[in-house]
Amino acid sequence: MTAMDPGPKRARRWHIAVFLAPAVLVYTAIMIFPLFATLFQSLFTRVEGQQVFVGLRNFTTLFGDPRWSASFWNALWNNTWFFIVHMLVQNPIGILLAAILSNPRLRFRGFYRTAIFIPTILSFVIVGFVWKLILSPLWGIAPSMLDMVGLRFLFGPWLGQETTALTTLALISVWQFVGIPMMLIYAALLSIPDEVIEAAECDGITGWSQFWKIQLPLVLPTIGIISILTFVGNFNAFDLVYVSQGAQAGPNYGTDLLGTFLYRTFFGFQLQLGDPNMGATIASVMFFIILIGVSIYLFLIQTRLRRYQF
Amino acid sequence: MQTARASLPRAAAAHAVLLAYTLIALFPVFVIVINAFKERRAIFNSPLALPGPETFSTIGFETVMSQGNFLLYFQNSFIVTLVSLFCVLLFGAMAAFALSEYKFRGNLLMGLYLALGIMIPIRLGTVAILQLMVATGLVNTLTALILVYTAQGLPLAIFILSEFMRTVSDDLKNAGRVDGLSEYRIFFTLVLPLVRPAMATVAVFTMIPIWNDLWFPLILAPAESTKTVTLGAQVFIGQFVTNWNAVLAALTLAIIPVLVLYLIFSRQLIRGITAGAVK
Repeated sequence: MTAMDPGPKRARRWHIAVFLAPAVLVYTAIMIFPLFATLFQSLFTRVEGQQVFVGLRNFTTLFGDPRWSASFWNALWNNTWFFIVHMLVQNPIGILLAAILSNPRLRFRGFYRTAIFIPTILSFVIVGFVWKLILSPLWGIAPSMLDMVGLRFLFGPWLGQETTALTTLALISVWQFVGIPMMLIYAALLSIPDEVIEAAECDGITGWSQFWKIQLPLVLPTIGIISILTFVGNFNAFDLVYVSQGAQAGPNYGTDLLGTFLYRTFFGFQLQLGDPNMGATIASVMFFIILIGVSIYLFLIQTRLRRYQF
Repeated sequence: MQTARASLPRAAAAHAVLLAYTLIALFPVFVIVINAFKERRAIFNSPLALPGPETFSTIGFETVMSQGNFLLYFQNSFIVTLVSLFCVLLFGAMAAFALSEYKFRGNLLMGLYLALGIMIPIRLGTVAILQLMVATGLVNTLTALILVYTAQGLPLAIFILSEFMRTVSDDLKNAGRVDGLSEYRIFFTLVLPLVRPAMATVAVFTMIPIWNDLWFPLILAPAESTKTVTLGAQVFIGQFVTNWNAVLAALTLAIIPVLVLYLIFSRQLIRGITAGAVK
């Protein structure tokens, strides 16, 4: 690593503290402290204006009490499905686009890369409303476009039906974020040395078999990182559902994710009052879900992936 | 020359796939922007047509300008984004310098502590963040948002910048020390200019989520005077949901600045992603 301070030995190197202080202070005060304060609050409940310690009872309420558990398991399952759709659609499309783009002889690469990444920089508010308008039966862009290819009969109010709303939202989110796996895999593919590819070509491995046998195994660590980023992002999602379906996550809570469930519980909605302690409980459950996911990735997956040093 | 013969149909197929996906990516944005410049009847009768001399209208933008405080929202967004960005870059670079330059007890532990925030989203602490802001009287101020976004951006900034700072030559820094420069001068005058490309990358990555965030403006600063563009557009569209001209114009106004920024910075962004992964 770096060389030691060659100057005269100072008893205390205050400058280290000065360099670290602003970042550590802001980070600790605004991020770490509230995070643990939130975890802590999930162990309390409010009785007549007083915080009373109740241990893990908020969690048993959340998982078992019929008033809470139905919403919680519904949100958890919806969130899982949201994640599955991303893994099955977003990442394969991202890999496919990156594989095509990484061909050095392809022209207009910069144009395609820039254009396909555009949805990713737009805010959820824009994305949510844009798709709401386009899929709206009122405006009729989607049905008339389906009509052009003779598939009019497929059209339905996708965002309004309980059976299709969640998948539609997940696909909208995929549309928005496909640029991220594409870029990361594209970068990983570019870092494979030419000699490896040339050696494969000498052995007669070209085209798709080259992709499957040579390139894909080499970018597996990147696919691992993308999966965990997708996981954290999905189990933390809120904006898209809030913008397009409202805090109620309609129809009939069909698109309720843990994020919207947390928002409604914390702030209340319509006649139900907000409950900070139950909100903290849901946030804690989300914290542990993300922690488990990240740990599985770090300790089980990442250590088993072979990394190749070039 | 087998590859040369096979390459023509394959290149055509590659372009077909990429072009198809580019259409999917851009079409929704395109439809919104062209319809924002049309009169109401044309929006419904021929949604896919470009605005012509007969159908051109800016009535939507006039409604947005007279009914919404979009100039104020833009100003708020700019202040929040720029100040947070400045704090993230300055504090992040300072901490990254301390971690990559000096050996001290707890260096590794401090690095891990600061990296925790890369994986755990700051949103999960919202309950306590709101209470903190209420207790300090910062609710409905831009300061609250700036503090939150600074904390949110720091972990990744420190992580990326310390990787880059390790590559700055030791000889240069030691020469500065021999000349009697203080550690602060070494950081500000020697190291910072050398990591500028990395700072630009971090800036782009930090900026986009701050500009686009809805959660914290909604919770910490929902007052009219502190609304950001993202929240302002969301509320405005919710109120004017039946006025299609106004909705489309508001969406267009929200899209254009980000799009322009992206086109300016896109090379930096793409280079940053590629450099980070190649490393």
